[in-house]
Amino acid sequence: MSQHASKTIKGETGDWEIVIGMEVHAQVLSKAKLFSGASTEFGAEPNSHVSFVDAAMPGMLPVINRFCVEQAVKTGLGLKAKINNRSVFDRKNYFYPDLPQGYQISQFKDPIVGEGEILLDMKDGETIRVGMEPLHLGQDAGTSLHDQHPDYSFVDLNRSGTALMEIVSKPHMRSSEEAAAFLKKLRAIVRYLGTCDGNMDEGSMRADVNVSVCKAGGYEKFRETGSFKHLGTRCEIKNVNSMRFVQMAVEYEARRQVEIIEGGGTIKQETRLYDSKQNETRSMRSKEEAHDYRYFPDPDLLPLELEQAWVDRIKASLPELPDEKKARFIKDFGISAYDAGVLVGEKELADFYEEMARGVDAKAAANWLNNEVLGRLNRDGLGITQSPVSAAANNAIIRMMGDNTISGKLAKDLLDIVWSEGGDPVQIVEQRGMKQVTDTSAIEKAVDAVIAANPDKVEEIKAKPKLAGWFVGQVMKQTGGKANPAAVNAVLKARLNLPGEG
Amino acid sequence: MSVDKDTVRRIAKLARIALEEERVAPMERELNGILAWVEQLQEVNVEGVAPMTSVVAQKLKMRDDVVTDGNIADAVTANAPMREDNFFVVPKVVE
Repeated sequence: MSQHASKTIKGETGDWEIVIGMEVHAQVLSKAKLFSGASTEFGAEPNSHVSFVDAAMPGMLPVINRFCVEQAVKTGLGLKAKINNRSVFDRKNYFYPDLPQGYQISQFKDPIVGEGEILLDMKDGETIRVGMEPLHLGQDAGTSLHDQHPDYSFVDLNRSGTALMEIVSKPHMRSSEEAAAFLKKLRAIVRYLGTCDGNMDEGSMRADVNVSVCKAGGYEKFRETGSFKHLGTRCEIKNVNSMRFVQMAVEYEARRQVEIIEGGGTIKQETRLYDSKQNETRSMRSKEEAHDYRYFPDPDLLPLELEQAWVDRIKASLPELPDEKKARFIKDFGISAYDAGVLVGEKELADFYEEMARGVDAKAAANWLNNEVLGRLNRDGLGITQSPVSAAANNAIIRMMGDNTISGKLAKDLLDIVWSEGGDPVQIVEQRGMKQVTDTSAIEKAVDAVIAANPDKVEEIKAKPKLAGWFVGQVMKQTGGKANPAAVNAVLKARLNLPGEG
Repeated sequence: MSVDKDTVRRIAKLARIALEEERVAPMERELNGILAWVEQLQEVNVEGVAPMTSVVAQKLKMRDDVVTDGNIADAVTANAPMREDNFFVVPKVVE
């Protein structure tokens, strides 16, 4: 994945630019629903987490959940957006079996959160600023199962009424890689905030991707003038449910559009479905008049008015967010922007690193985490929170490596031992005699033994000083890898009359 | 503002209301009557009055985030024409 996804597509008639906007539906992390006291817990028996409000029984009235409002405000603050102290709930009208009300309570003209932004950290260290449209707070719909019966669909309203944040970006992304980075960053922000669990498998975070292509230079003109006429017609790709699928769907869709335009056709604005098995997008049968939602203010709800002092209190309670944490890691730990970006990508990873780096060389800790710990976790298919070796134990290993108690090689062996057997690294080093030998007389003894056993090599090294490496290897073997490499080099140099450096 | 017959048919369709063809013209007249009446309201001077969607001088009531409802699947699905294992069963709607 070191290869950069291109921002342009080479077509028959010249270069085409990809332009991407994202629409993410993020379920608010709360115990109860937005307008009813039913549970939001995932995976319950069908229709068991449904109140008469969620089932839209006649006469039932919505009462808003204060915590859901707080979560939306928190998310808005995390997106560096203005909070609108007065917002209005509107009805978005459409008919579908899993929407019993016949409308979704959402926001339209006066949403709770204004425009914001998200910064993307790209692999090459570049930072991309993506503008965000106002965030809307609304209700999620229920779910329909279509594979239970040949002639019928089965409707479960457990999800109906769960609070949902509609988080929409401006079309400020230019490659599939940036689109995936956006989703990753947004997910990190809501997870840091604790406002959404970001679980894409369970559908608590769902992404639609808007893709269009335009001739090279069109995007710049769009950014200068703000006029969409410089961009191509967009297609909306529904429910792309992983970072990888976002990337693949964008790549496929952009190519499809270029081929159509260059073949003399035009792009129809439509909703398409990404099929991850075939890796293609397909037109969804376009519903006639599907986009006439006839929004109007919900007469069952008064305007939502927030007190500035309450918003200020929420602001004061915000945790450190990825961008701030990244800046602090770079400043306090002296690690690279890239390393810091990777570490803060997941809160749990950042926490693990901070504990690991306490009182030791922070750069060494970052390398150790990236190369050794994450490598092993990847191999075993584990997440950072499931690491068999705790941050504290890793800290102990790095500490022993730092003060030359153990060599770098033995540190890795030690990590493997603790990984599979558990135990305290410091005790294991004591018990198994893994301490590095820095005692010169012991090293001299080993060097002398190697020299005595290999007179031919001793002759050879006079002409080929590079052979010193072979001697070091032999001495290490003799000492079970415990000799301090610097000490071995020094003794070898003296015994074999090697030149000062080399 | 007024509506024509096509708009009336479209509104009926969006609202999932079956409107027989002979009802379209009377409905057009009725709706235009309502719209004309609403239009009269435009004559009122509302300068300096903030737009409002409710005339109740009250704040929106809020509840705490506590689970107080649910586990009534039987009651929720009681009136469904068809149900199975507490699911609502509806004609297939897959795209």
